[in-house]
Amino acid sequence: MAEPMKIRAKMVDGAAHIVVLMIHPMETGQRKDPRSGQVYPAHFIQHVTATINDKPVLNMQCGPAISKNPMFGFRVKEAKSGDKLAVTWEDNKGEKARAEATIA
Amino acid sequence: MEQERVNHLRRLILKGGGAGGVLACALAAGVLRPTLAHAADWNKAAFESKTLADALKHIGADGAAESADILIKAPEVAENGAVIPIEVTCRIAGAQSIALLAEKNPFPLMAHAELANATEGYLNTRFKMGQTSVVKVVVKAGGKHYIASREIKVTIGGCGG
Repeated sequence: MAEPMKIRAKMVDGAAHIVVLMIHPMETGQRKDPRSGQVYPAHFIQHVTATINDKPVLNMQCGPAISKNPMFGFRVKEAKSGDKLAVTWEDNKGEKARAEATIA
Repeated sequence: MEQERVNHLRRLILKGGGAGGVLACALAAGVLRPTLAHAADWNKAAFESKTLADALKHIGADGAAESADILIKAPEVAENGAVIPIEVTCRIAGAQSIALLAEKNPFPLMAHAELANATEGYLNTRFKMGQTSVVKVVVKAGGKHYIASREIKVTIGGCGG
């Protein structure tokens, strides 16, 4: 079960400034357990999407090089206070999460 | 649920390959948005490329022109390679996508973001890097690719042992 995302979205100088924080291990598949020598299997977010009032604004693909508990910040013009933002992610194991927020 | 149905439809359409007419209809109907059409498929070839040149090729950005209009804000020396903040601001109008790459990472391509028309040429995130490396940012605008570089020194690697 994925942990909830944290979203901050507010209008600054006519554009929505959006920051999303996700809770995810972002395991690269390169790290080894120092005792057993076993490689920790890769487990990372591959897709991030964002929509405002159901219109896509961001569609991102990620590799394992994004830091643990990823943070993404982006800016959207033509948005206004009160618009509905929805963010989703999906990882390489098929786990998914979705969160919504209202732009302040 | 709705989302899944749409994705399924999109996959069917994309699988059709030669079915250009169907795709055109879907575009016209607004089912697919031209700039954000290939959401469903992770670009495995690009993300699993082991060299910068291959990764650039797989995102269609080989031969990108150097640009001074892509601003990369990142620390010169990162104390902790596991969490390196990076902020990209692109002054080129109409940015369609932003890709982040680290030359010496095992897989150089770190992220590739497609932006809708309403989205500014801006991206802020945090990434991992095992050793000092040149970080490249590729921006696609008006069908052309532009690239900018920045070296970031790493004192403690971020990929563990």
